[in-house]
Amino acid sequence: MSAVSSARAPDPDAPVVLELAGITKRFGPLIANEAVDLTLRRGEIVALLGENGAGKTTLMNILFGHYVADEGEVLVAGPDGALVPLEPGSPRAALDAGIGMVHQHFTLAENLTVLDNVLLGTEPLWRPWRSTAAPRAKLAALMARSGLSIDLDATVADLTVGERQRIEILKALYRDVRILVLDEPTAVLTPQESDGLFATLRALADHGLAVIFISHKLHEVIAAAGRVAVLRSGRKVAEVPTAGIDRGRLAELMVGRTVAPSRREPRTPGAEVLRLDRVSIAGAEVRRRLDEVSLTVREGEIVGIAGVSGNGQTALAGLLSGLLAPSAGTLALDGRTLDALTPGAVVALGVGRIPEDRHAEGAVGAMSIEENIALERFRSARFQRAGFLRAKAIRDHAETAIAAYDIRCPGPHAAIRQLSGGNMQKAILARALDGEPRLVLANQPTRGLDVGAVAEVHRRLLAARLRGAAIVLITEDLDELFALADRIAVMFRSRLTEPCAAEDVTLKRLGLMMAGHDPAEVA
Amino acid sequence: MLRLVPRIEADPKLVIAAPIVAALAALLLAAVPIALAGAPVIEAYRVMAEGALGSRFALTEVVARATPLMLTGLAVAVAFRARLYNIGAEGQLYMGALAAVWVGSGRFDGPAPVMIAAVLVAGALAGALMMLGPTLLKVKLGADEVVVTLLLNFVVALFVQMMIEGPMKDPMSLGWPQTEAILDSATLPKLIDKTRVHAGLIVALLAALGVHLMMKHTVVGFEIRAVGAGPQAARFAGMNVTAAMVTVGALSGALAGLAGVGEVAGLKGYLTADLSPGYGYAGIVVAMLAGLSPLGVVIAALWVAAVFVGADSMSRSINVSSYVANLIVALALLSVLLSGVLVRFRLVRARAPQRRTER
Repeated sequence: MSAVSSARAPDPDAPVVLELAGITKRFGPLIANEAVDLTLRRGEIVALLGENGAGKTTLMNILFGHYVADEGEVLVAGPDGALVPLEPGSPRAALDAGIGMVHQHFTLAENLTVLDNVLLGTEPLWRPWRSTAAPRAKLAALMARSGLSIDLDATVADLTVGERQRIEILKALYRDVRILVLDEPTAVLTPQESDGLFATLRALADHGLAVIFISHKLHEVIAAAGRVAVLRSGRKVAEVPTAGIDRGRLAELMVGRTVAPSRREPRTPGAEVLRLDRVSIAGAEVRRRLDEVSLTVREGEIVGIAGVSGNGQTALAGLLSGLLAPSAGTLALDGRTLDALTPGAVVALGVGRIPEDRHAEGAVGAMSIEENIALERFRSARFQRAGFLRAKAIRDHAETAIAAYDIRCPGPHAAIRQLSGGNMQKAILARALDGEPRLVLANQPTRGLDVGAVAEVHRRLLAARLRGAAIVLITEDLDELFALADRIAVMFRSRLTEPCAAEDVTLKRLGLMMAGHDPAEVA
Repeated sequence: MLRLVPRIEADPKLVIAAPIVAALAALLLAAVPIALAGAPVIEAYRVMAEGALGSRFALTEVVARATPLMLTGLAVAVAFRARLYNIGAEGQLYMGALAAVWVGSGRFDGPAPVMIAAVLVAGALAGALMMLGPTLLKVKLGADEVVVTLLLNFVVALFVQMMIEGPMKDPMSLGWPQTEAILDSATLPKLIDKTRVHAGLIVALLAALGVHLMMKHTVVGFEIRAVGAGPQAARFAGMNVTAAMVTVGALSGALAGLAGVGEVAGLKGYLTADLSPGYGYAGIVVAMLAGLSPLGVVIAALWVAAVFVGADSMSRSINVSSYVANLIVALALLSVLLSGVLVRFRLVRARAPQRRTER
């Protein structure tokens, strides 16, 4: 991702600070971790690479005491350097042993200041006064050493995601951690912010901190870590230094097979399908607001919407899904201006929608696969007669979809929540793309899916594009953006930039646009 | 140390077995208070079984008592399915009874089929209207329907009290607080002579069958299930969540209202403040025991009714308070909630954490 790829080779003589020995964890019949070994030395950055569901987070939750391993043990270096077992199932013991964790979803009190958040939980409860001089001095020293800088008196609610992540790291450092675990830390950052994070981690490692960095993105792992352990289906399949590593080989190790990248066939866009003309949606929060957004999407093109999460993508998706009505401006579909937007009306007009949160919005978990596939059209004459459901038609339709989309499931009657994320997403695709919609909204369509399912989703979207659908792709995954989009626009603080041809957008330029710089300025 | 491990999918056999085991467990657990009351336990159970099942009269009495429980149980089951927690079946029952009396006690008269239809419709409407407010408050403002429906029960109790001591008081009642009697033409006919089994039973059975078919095979039932199990996804898919909730609320209230019609027009003939010994609340237990299945409600209602009838008989012959029935029903609810956990989770004996070296 960046030019700052200068991870040092691990120092084989540094003392071992952490050892995971033969960790096995089962959830019912599912094996989340199987005999995983991992050692971590002082001052090194180790990446834990693996697909979603490979067992990375489970392993770290065992380390941090959220789960108890069925077999194996965690050994941590004591003050004298000797390895001693860590009490299982106790986050308190992990904290006392100097292990800190920065979760993917931050755990900050938004109404408090940075300083309050850092000190939270470290001060005695029964003391009527508080002195902040000593903590401030300690934090100043920590910030100077690590290169993290932040205003201690700012309120967290006013800070950006990148700044909040810095607080999380400072919180851990303030507690004198010797081992820092970061779970998918770059998921919410712009490319530039990610580079800043990696520089910070290297500075901290130079001062003796041992870092475990969880990721499923190859380029980050190579940029940030000195050594990488690859997990697949709960087992550690490789552990190699990142210096001189073969990326293709690493990808194969992670996925377990070679995956051909999806090809975007050249296609000339046709007639205009969607036109947003200075559409605004009123809202208190940036994420739920749109400010004068204009956009046109034509037949047979994919317009990618990039941006750091929480910049109004939710509002844009809500608008195109029919959940939110514009407070100003017009939305036209195939040249017809629409006013009364409801999800049902939008579906009837031929819009296929893939929602961001497939568990809450995409599917009713307790209902069956066939019912979920018919969920948007159960009132059509195809699926009901005189108010009575046509069970046979619903079943046949689901069986066709299961075969066509290769949905791996016990059968159309099984509850959809039993399916893996990838198969659930295939069922939602089958529903959204049914009837060859004119416009497709794909909001984070591959989030949390494994590489095989990602390739399948991409293949389906590209096939829809080829047959002439207009596609709006909202994504935070930049690899996906460049693989699929014909044109790219960026959302920042509820506004949308003018889309540019994907060929003209470099990663660096995109990063600056995501951080709010004027596209003309950074061109 | 025991730990709960989630099952991937509940075993369908367990789902059926759980409430049966829970009902039996509740009966067995009641042995403790019966023994503490100083009664011979085995004898108590024998008297109870005989009182509930031992004679033709006993059986008809169980059926008569089960009739309102089926309807309140259905009212609760259909609402809970849509995650609309209607605790107000008791109040809806009384409003249904009050409406039936208002329509059927001489305001107008006609042939029996018309009058019976009129009291049934009036009671169902009154119950449905009672649920309109709580449902809209929940959907539009997020007001907790548990609190609203529960408190409305007390509002209704006082309102009924006011009506039977005031505007609707029977002038011929020698001062007793009761309404005028339902006309003969509006009275639900007895199904079996010289027993208390009345045509309300047919209404209850048809309602159970109807609700079952509706939930399973109709567009409305599909929508109710979707809105109940995943409101956000239902809305995203284009369903009108408000309309579906109002439909469920009205249906639930109407069913409870019908229970009141049956009691007043099938059994008692006039309305007093003690029409229901808590059928509305017992309906919650019935629905839970039935696993919210409309057909299961019929069986669960018969069981709960048998417990009440048996306990009455026991209290007459061996001097154990008939409140033991309330105890058994309450225990059954607790047992069924616990068994629900065991259906979804497995109990596993966990290894004690190994601590070879102290830090």
